[in-house]
Amino acid sequence: MTLTVGRSSPPKIAPARGRRRTAGDPVVAWLFLLPALLGFTVFYLAPTIRGFWISFTDWNLLSEPRFVGLDNYRDMLADDKFWNALRITAEYVVINIGSQTVLALAIAVLMDRLTRSVLVRAAIVIPWLVPNVTVAIVTLFMLDHNVGFVNHILDVLGFEPQSFYGDSDQAIATIALVNTWRNMGYTALLFFAGMQMIPRNLYEAAAVDGAGEWTMFRRVTLPLLRPVTVLVLVVSIIGSFQIFDTVAVTTKGGPADATRVIYYYIYQKAFNEFHMGYAAAMAATLFVILIALTATQMRLLRASSSDLR
Amino acid sequence: MMRKPIALLALAVAIAACGTSAETPEAAEKVTLTYSLWDPNQLPAYQECADAFTATSGIQVKITQQGWEDYWNGITTSLVSGTAPDVITNHVAYYPELAANNQLLDIQPFVDRDKVDLTRYTGDLASLWVRDGKRYGLPQDWDTIALVYNVKDVEDAKIDPATLKDLTWNPADGGTFGELIKKLTVDANGKRGDEAGFDKTKVATYGWGLEQGGGVVGQTQWSWMPLSMGFQYLDKNPFGTDYKLDDPRLAEAITWWQDQMKAGYVLPREEAGRLGLEPMMQTNKAALVPDGSWRIGTWAGSTEQKFAFAPLPRGPQGRKTIINGLAPSITAGTKHPDQAWEWVKFIGSPACQDLVAKRAVVFPAITTAAAAAAESHRAKGVDVSAFTDIAADPASLSYYPITGSANEINTEAQAVIDQIQELKVVPADALKELDTRVADILK
Repeated sequence: MTLTVGRSSPPKIAPARGRRRTAGDPVVAWLFLLPALLGFTVFYLAPTIRGFWISFTDWNLLSEPRFVGLDNYRDMLADDKFWNALRITAEYVVINIGSQTVLALAIAVLMDRLTRSVLVRAAIVIPWLVPNVTVAIVTLFMLDHNVGFVNHILDVLGFEPQSFYGDSDQAIATIALVNTWRNMGYTALLFFAGMQMIPRNLYEAAAVDGAGEWTMFRRVTLPLLRPVTVLVLVVSIIGSFQIFDTVAVTTKGGPADATRVIYYYIYQKAFNEFHMGYAAAMAATLFVILIALTATQMRLLRASSSDLR
Repeated sequence: MMRKPIALLALAVAIAACGTSAETPEAAEKVTLTYSLWDPNQLPAYQECADAFTATSGIQVKITQQGWEDYWNGITTSLVSGTAPDVITNHVAYYPELAANNQLLDIQPFVDRDKVDLTRYTGDLASLWVRDGKRYGLPQDWDTIALVYNVKDVEDAKIDPATLKDLTWNPADGGTFGELIKKLTVDANGKRGDEAGFDKTKVATYGWGLEQGGGVVGQTQWSWMPLSMGFQYLDKNPFGTDYKLDDPRLAEAITWWQDQMKAGYVLPREEAGRLGLEPMMQTNKAALVPDGSWRIGTWAGSTEQKFAFAPLPRGPQGRKTIINGLAPSITAGTKHPDQAWEWVKFIGSPACQDLVAKRAVVFPAITTAAAAAAESHRAKGVDVSAFTDIAADPASLSYYPITGSANEINTEAQAVIDQIQELKVVPADALKELDTRVADILK
């Protein structure tokens, strides 16, 4: 890492008043890290470890937990609702991440090549500033079969009214696309920021060589944007797997289990059906799946190396 | 990832740590009980009871209200953290789980000591709250099902409202109820469901509304049909261990229901929307729907449409409704069990239930108070005999099925009912499969 930095960044200028690294540095560093570390330990690490412990018990919230070994995990593998939840979550992630990434890239390119107006940039993140629950409630009304505005438009255009959230074939796609709408502006902003690091002269050189916008996008923008793309994908996929609020507000897992995503299933098991141990086992499994997924992505997309040298 | 459940968990643990602060010594002097309920419509009535109770006993009662959706999560987490209300309004779908986990106080010793008269309550309501000789509540109210219909729609169809008092139903041809919903269904061209040229793809008003949900019981949705054929949910109630969902009578009834959906007489699931029965009935998308007595106020108070009530149709085995009731339960962690019992006893007494009757929001459990409530309705010009007559006839009553793991069973069943409403499955097959799944849960 340090080697490549040496090549790609301007030569280091020695600090004016050279303060050598002293033995005290790590101590100071740890002092600065302490508050964050404390929060991490108390609010993340300890509960996570406790969560893993709960997954080996039959805790039902109300009575004392009893150690049951791997029973929860065994039940989970045999539970077709669990597999259904994973499948639906995957479906959601594919639709959501797929549409969101493509649209965000398109918006970012448009912003980069056409306008750099701060106003446009601000406007584009507005949906992201609206709380998820609000978006869910607003769309619940807008997409309603009887009183919804969207169906009114469809009607004017001569289409059949759709029930969106109420139809088991459409519900998960509806939820995914609603969240795409909410998140794409923010994702576009991340891509846009990444694009600012690409040297302008590369585009000039490409233009001199006779490349059109599409070729420039494919040959210059995309490859040089890769580290940013990896970051965006990793963060948004993890976020996407955590889909919960829209489901909880609009469909509650229905109709006919069509939107019972894994997070909602975990919540139901833990707090509606009092199987905290079982819910913890599923949460632990999801944790492992996400770590594996992230590692694979980082590897496949060579996240830590850049083509920009 | 683990974040959300775990964060909640951490919160619960933190609350548990704070919840154990010591009582001040003078607390014995002036006790304040907390009492929780979910129905905002009932809050004023029980506030009145609480005031009357404080006036006689000197015990303060603080009432907390949370909507049904949040109520049970709130109760559960507060039980875990030791901050639960002293007395909670309880539902039969939830109390078995709470009782099994020793979260509720057995009030049988108090009932014996104070010689509470249990015969004054409607039907067998009192015995719903007994498990293994322990009693977990005194009945406070009851509810039954009847038909709600749009008065103008019935007049427009040239049907004499008096005939609605004697509807019949059977799964073969639907009886006069089947005829009625056909007649009440009107398409965009004004053709009725029983006329030639009726277009089921362009229905303006459906004869029969559809409420989503209902789980394994289908209390307002469909319960009255199979029950009127002699179907019983459980091998024994309360605390059966075998749901009879593979009963051919249930399949027959549900199949008939699905057939009416296919024929275009029932509001389709896709059009029902997630906003509930009210918009559907107020915008006259449906002319008739079975509903519970707890929503009498909604329909009687409607300004957009005029609604009235009719008794459920008579099936092959007579007229059957589910009857259910709520009760106050004392949480096991209460620091004032004696005072909490006094409050529970007061809720279950004529002193409180007569006050509730005057408000006419629910039917109090005590028979005389229920009659007073019906009278309050009549004074307002609302005829609720469709709900009260059936409650007076023990042969017509089927008690709400009570088992453990009710939430889990409802989730399983709801998925199947959804599929039936979406016309995606054959009811007989789907119910048989559901029967095995439910048996697995109760195993």
